[in-house]
Amino acid sequence: MIAEFSWDQFIFLWEAARWTVLLSVLAFIAGGSAGFVVALMRTSHLQILRTLSAVYIQIIQGTPVLIILFLSFYGLAIYGFKLPPMVAATIAMTIYTSAYLGEIWRGCIEAVPVPQWEASTALAMTRWQQLRYVILPQAVRISLPPTVGFLVQIVKNTSIASIIGLVELTQAGKLVSNATFQPFLVFPIVAAIYFIFCYPLSRFSFALERKFHAHR
Amino acid sequence: MSYDFQFAFIFQHMDQLLWGALLTIRLSALSMICGLAVGIFGAIVSIHGSAPARFAVTSYVELIRSTPFLVQLFIIFFGLPAAGVQVDANVAALVAMTVNLGAYSTEIVRAGMMAVHPSQVEAAQALAMTRWQVIRHVVLTPALEKVYPALASQFTLMMLASSVVSAISAEELTASANLLDAETFRSFEIYLIVMGLYILLALLFRLGFWLIGLVVFKRRRRLGVARPRGNR
Amino acid sequence: MPIVEIENITKSFGSNQVLNGISLSVERGQVIAVIGRSGSGKSTMLRCINGLETIDGGSINVAGHKLTAKHEHLIELRKDVGMVFQHYNLFPHLTVEENVMLSPRIVKKVATEKARETAIKVLTQVGLEHKRDAYPEQLSGGQQQRVAIARSLAMEPQVMLFDEVTSALDPELTQEVLKVMEELARGGMTMLLVTHEMEFARRVADLTVFMHQGKVWEARPSKEFFSDPQTPEARQFVGAGNIK
Repeated sequence: MIAEFSWDQFIFLWEAARWTVLLSVLAFIAGGSAGFVVALMRTSHLQILRTLSAVYIQIIQGTPVLIILFLSFYGLAIYGFKLPPMVAATIAMTIYTSAYLGEIWRGCIEAVPVPQWEASTALAMTRWQQLRYVILPQAVRISLPPTVGFLVQIVKNTSIASIIGLVELTQAGKLVSNATFQPFLVFPIVAAIYFIFCYPLSRFSFALERKFHAHR
Repeated sequence: MSYDFQFAFIFQHMDQLLWGALLTIRLSALSMICGLAVGIFGAIVSIHGSAPARFAVTSYVELIRSTPFLVQLFIIFFGLPAAGVQVDANVAALVAMTVNLGAYSTEIVRAGMMAVHPSQVEAAQALAMTRWQVIRHVVLTPALEKVYPALASQFTLMMLASSVVSAISAEELTASANLLDAETFRSFEIYLIVMGLYILLALLFRLGFWLIGLVVFKRRRRLGVARPRGNR
Repeated sequence: MPIVEIENITKSFGSNQVLNGISLSVERGQVIAVIGRSGSGKSTMLRCINGLETIDGGSINVAGHKLTAKHEHLIELRKDVGMVFQHYNLFPHLTVEENVMLSPRIVKKVATEKARETAIKVLTQVGLEHKRDAYPEQLSGGQQQRVAIARSLAMEPQVMLFDEVTSALDPELTQEVLKVMEELARGGMTMLLVTHEMEFARRVADLTVFMHQGKVWEARPSKEFFSDPQTPEARQFVGAGNIK
């Protein structure tokens, strides 16, 4: 029986989009926190921390998100229980985000001019004080455009979770398309909904970049 | 509870995975060539085209950049047959990757072209070159040389993203892994090994691009520098 | 019949009237120095001659090509008019030889071997034949500028335009470029140079044109002009340059 693409289907898509948003937000918060730690490790003066975090970043950045997702989904299956898709997706997106944001933020910390370190050292600050009062505030400003830009990547990558069955926006699109036999109508609408989320973020990131450069 | 990791078992089926890896390389390479061609064309149009053409390119780029690759893939694979065009999964995958890469390449090549100083263009004009000659000989080559690292990086990302085409059962590494998983149910080991294979592929691509860069950009090879300094 | 005939050209950038009715006549083989303050319009006038700037009114006749407010045939014109820029503008991704060969090859459709012969000839003329395979960044400013001159010469132009070509050079390097330009002048090339090198203008240029606020204030034989500028503005300008 072929369903009509009606208002109900449209609402179904938007309801699924809530999962997209939730997954993105969770990934950003958890991945961001982990990424912050990774960035600090990358810029630490302990060689071992720098190496560990560098290897971690290289591994994650050299792996497709989908594979990370499969590993996270099937990883705990070895202990007998199947992970709910939302949990597996959140874990995978968190790991993915932590590596990329870690690398982005490392770059931002390193972009703070060396004289800033020298000046704060000369003022007898400890490393933690330097970071907290001098370096990180400046690094945060530098990091705003690429971080917002990466948020767009996160939202787009949540679509991967459809492959393990999470009913977020892409999966909902597939279901509706299968039910109505109108893929040429449904998927562009799905794309449009993603666009509504992502394009403004993208413009915002661009505007931040311009504002930041105007400052300097 | 203990788990019996059976890596040895998987290594028996390694040839299946390696074949998948080869297919990923082929798919990626083809999409890179086509994607770059689209990108160069798009970049030229976005700078020298008429207002409607420029708008079309900008819309194309923004649409691709603000929507997930998976959805683009579905539109091409599921949508096109509905419009009467028959597509097989591998072709759909290549088309989707080309379209996607083309948008990012347009942005990158465009940035490179805009970075060529206007005085270079003036010097070429003073030498009686036509607009197309100026673009081809004085703008494109330095532009491509300048953005080569960004292009290489984007291409490598695309190779990693190609794993997604397994969702429509196109043939590449992740799809091979899925097949193996369906046969043997050794999911964790399989995907762990596949992760290793992708990391190796990414390193291979980096090396490959570096070598290609040396061959194509004569100036780089001779001087051993990343890009020219000074001189406007 | 003058090879360059500039008739009453005007040009403004927005509300800024840069050229206020310039007229000038150049005979074949003449060397004209154009001097004046920054903002007097001298570079703009030069750039109008090969169409890099479009004129608002008046006309320019160069080597048989006509330029008006709606110009055409710029490609043909530019084959006969060469220009050398203040910042050399060599193509960084090409070697010296390739820089010189490029336009003859693709614009005049000269065969590669013939283009190479010409390139070697002009590079020898400017004293840089031994640097054929170098890239621009490996050369000093003076060397790059000489290559730029060679690059224009390879097109066998009838008129050469020089836009403050020594202004970006250190004093030691300026001389080598001026020497090349002087040889070119002695060889009979028709040259228009916008310059701040007063001594060079006095010695080498047949005519010196003093521009001020978009108009030609004086256009006289160089030696006369420099020994006795007639207008107070010129006197002030030249006096500031300390010419005896």
